[in-house]
Order: sequence, then C-alpha cells, then structure tokens
Amino acid sequence: MKILVPVKRVIDYNVKPRVKADGTGVDLANVKMSMNPFDEIAVEEALRLREKGAATEVIAVSIGPAKATETLRTALAMGADRAILVQTDEEVEPLAVAKILKGIADAEAPGLVILGKQAIDDDSNQTGQMLAALMDRPQGTFANEVTVEGNHVTVKREVDGGLETVKLALPAIVTTDLRLNQPRYASLPNIMKAKSKPLDTKTPADYGVDTAPRLKTVKVSEPPVRQAGIKVADVDELVAKMKALGIA
Amino acid sequence: MKTLVLVEHDNASLKDATLSTVTAAARLGEVHLLVAGKGCAGVADEAAKIAGVGKVHLADDAAYEHQLPENVAPLVASLMADHDAFLAPATTNGKNIAPRVAALLDVMQISEIMGIDGERTFTRPIYAGNAIATVESSDPKLVITVRGTAFDKAAASGGNAAVEAVSGPAGDGASEFLGSELAKSERPELTSAKVIVSGGRALKDAETFKEVIFPLADKLNAGVGASRAAVDAGYVPNDYQVGQTGKIVAPEVYIAIGISGAIQHLAGMKDSKTIIAINKDEDAPIFQVADIGLVGDLFKIVPELTAKL
Repeated sequence: MKILVPVKRVIDYNVKPRVKADGTGVDLANVKMSMNPFDEIAVEEALRLREKGAATEVIAVSIGPAKATETLRTALAMGADRAILVQTDEEVEPLAVAKILKGIADAEAPGLVILGKQAIDDDSNQTGQMLAALMDRPQGTFANEVTVEGNHVTVKREVDGGLETVKLALPAIVTTDLRLNQPRYASLPNIMKAKSKPLDTKTPADYGVDTAPRLKTVKVSEPPVRQAGIKVADVDELVAKMKALGIA
Repeated sequence: MKTLVLVEHDNASLKDATLSTVTAAARLGEVHLLVAGKGCAGVADEAAKIAGVGKVHLADDAAYEHQLPENVAPLVASLMADHDAFLAPATTNGKNIAPRVAALLDVMQISEIMGIDGERTFTRPIYAGNAIATVESSDPKLVITVRGTAFDKAAASGGNAAVEAVSGPAGDGASEFLGSELAKSERPELTSAKVIVSGGRALKDAETFKEVIFPLADKLNAGVGASRAAVDAGYVPNDYQVGQTGKIVAPEVYIAIGISGAIQHLAGMKDSKTIIAINKDEDAPIFQVADIGLVGDLFKIVPELTAKL
C-alpha cells in the first residue's frame, strides 16, 4: 500500500507574522519558512505505518513555488521514499489543492492519504475533507491514533467532547491532530541521502486543475490590540476586584 | 438570501453553538435549520423555538445518528438546491462536515468567520489570529463555518417554525462509528461557561492540576481549561485545550493560572471580557493581555484565593 502525504511550506511556527503596511497580506520576505507542523506529524505517521509493515511506499507531495522543494527534501530526509512538486507561484486555495491531490491520487492509487488538519498560515482546515469528498472516500479528521488492519483503518479522533473512534474502508483520508505522534528529526546522513531521492515536478495544468481563486482577499489587517490592565499586590486585592466584577 | 444552518446536537438536546450560527445566518437572510440525526424529533422541536427561524428540516435516519460526514454532507448538498448559503458552527463537528459539503458543491468554504461585511464579504482570522483577512466570495453558493464567540446567541425561545421531514442521499457505508469516550463533567462546558479557570504547564502534573485548579473552579462554578503545554504533558485530556488548535472561548472572566501566554493560547481566549492572570514570571506575555494580574507563586496564591472567595 502506498501512502500519499501532502505537505505545505508555511511561515515557521516560531515566527510572529507581520501584516504588510499596505494591507495586502502578511510579509513573507526574508522570513523563515518550514513545513506546516501538522504535516510533519502526517509524514511521521506515514513513516511509522511503513515501518510497521502496513505500507510499502511513502510519497510526499507539495503544491507551491520552486522553494517548496526544500519542504519536500525535509520529508524525504525524514524518510519518505519519493516526492512530487506541483509547481505554481500563485496562491492555491484548499479547493484547488484538493482537486490537484485528487489527480495525483487517481494516478498513484494510494491506500491512505495522510495530511495535516490545517495549515498554520490560512488556518482553513478544509483540504482533507474536500479531498475525501472529491474522491468519494471516507475521512478520519483530527486523528489522535491511527491503526491499519486489513482493508480498514481505525481512527481515534479528537472532538469537542473528548474522543471518538471511526472505522473506515481503504482507501481513506486521515487528517492529523497535535497529539498523534512526535515527529522525528532528520539525521545528517538521511539529509544527505534525501538529495538523491526522486523528486518529480508537475504543474496544476498536468492535472487539468484551474487554480483561479474563488475568494478575493479584500484586505488583511492587524487584530485589535488588547491593552494590558493593572497588577494587584496580593490575594486580598484580587478578591476585592473579583467581587467588584460580580464573580465572587 | 436563503440560508441553511446545521444544528449541533447529540440527538437529545440542541447545543449552544447553534445559536450564534443562527445569529450570523440571520444577518444574511432567511434562516432554515437542518437537524440530522436519529430519534432527534425533540431537537427539531427545540430548534423550531429559536427566535428568527423560518423552517426546520428534520432528517431522522440511522445513517445520521453519529454525524458521519460521509452521510450528512450529501444530505446537506442535496438541500442546497433550495438554499443560497450553508452555515455550520466552527466546532469539530462543523469543521468535519462543512468542507465536504463545499467540495460537493464545488465552492470554496469560508472558515471561522468573525464578522459579516456584506452579503458575500466576511472577516476571518488567519495566522492563529495574528492577522484578520477580509474575503469576498465569487461562488454561486456560500459555505461558511462560524466562530461562536464572535456572534451573540440567538434567543432559544420565541420562535414557532414549522418542522418538515426531509430525506436525502447517504453514504455507501465505507465509514462506521465505533464509539466515543466523552468526558463527563458536572462543570459548565468550556464554550458556554461564564467563568473559566485555566491551568498551564506550571501545574507540574495531573494530580497537582486537580488539587490546585479544580477547587477554585468549583467555588466559581467555572469551566476548566488548559494550555496546550498542560494537555501535551498529560495533566488533562485534549478536550480541555484552549487555543488556536483547541477551543476558542470568550467567557465573562478567564482566569489563567501558570500560563505564560503563547500566541497559540492567546488566540483562543483573548476575546474574553475580563482576563485575570496569575504567574510567577512578571514578564510573561499573558500579562500583556490581562486586565488584572497577580505576580507570585500560584501554589500559595490559588489555595488562598479559593479560601477567601
């Protein structure tokens, strides 16, 4: 069984994003970029399934600019077998991403597609669910535990009230939540080895997908700033303040 | 515009998240609700009483019992022939179903809206709430998830809508619900609690978290939350997590104890009316958003506070 792992190149999670002065977006010039953290968890999970013998090949795919090659090399250094870059300089919305991924899934016939539940730039939380709809296959979103048995995958999901478990016929789509696993670091020898692993380059047109955006970004602005309040000296003063608020 | 709102429920009662979504839908036009479930006629009756609702569609079928998106999404998509916009609460359930509906309709979803600027123009948070995007849709139909804390709750009574039974396509059985482990708590739910007491990594371990945080929460009849660090460290289960990737809350009072205030956490609670922070580090970022701060040892302060309230 093949596992397809889509990964996105995003602003590094440690960097505080700055809104551009002209309100057209967030300034990404000279900012450290990394693999979306949820996608790193997806790569790790795919590798663990391969190591357990549940999968034979892990294919990483990224849709983005030429620099997304770096993100794919990271996935290859972690242990993915090969990679596909669908190269475009345009911003591609989740719906179009899902359509491209469907094209790749049609060509590769993976048993599982594992991807992050959301990207930390646009915070959409859509791609996996959309891909599942387009492929007409079941989805296990916000995965906390993934078990492959025969032609099924059992997914324990993080939901608002706690956890929920679903059993899905393969092929299926799984999106990762934070506590699914702790992704590995790529070792130096593996980083070197990743450079010679196969990486194909395609375009959205190869999959017949029109990436014209459906949503127009009118503007991007700073969120309202909350002002710091006062500090109290001790518990008695805090109690008095809480009583004044009517909660004690 | 005719809107269709997904009612959040557990087949027995309607969840509050529905009410703020109704408010958002009413801003766009006529409000129809969809109650999909099994044995959920009581929920439909409850939904019909919500102020401002025009009609309730009731799809009562075993296929919808556990809200499996493979079954609910095709039902919603079929009902969208007669509606212009689909709105779901931005809960884990809404987030599971809505994008699947959007793809079936070939439209781009607008996630977690915080504001409505026009019939097709919405504001939504990006980059963990560090920026707010205003987006305009060019799609023929709208698919939207609604951030509950950003809209007032519609009144749960006063309406008298008709309930109409509907049926629709369901999935092909490729997915099966096996079970759930839902937390049972006497405390108020995080997303509807008036007061929340939240603990961070400084609470040391699960036992200490319980000993320090729970008595204060009980005294205030508060919901209990936690930072991602506390959840990752296993002090409390995942459903306690407040933050960009956990629950977004906006109570009257949020008490952050031993929480430094990572961007990720602030994104989930900074719309609270009053924020109280207790932390030993006076430079902790939490104090930059707190209305009332107390610097000191939480293991001394919190028991004293609990005793004096």
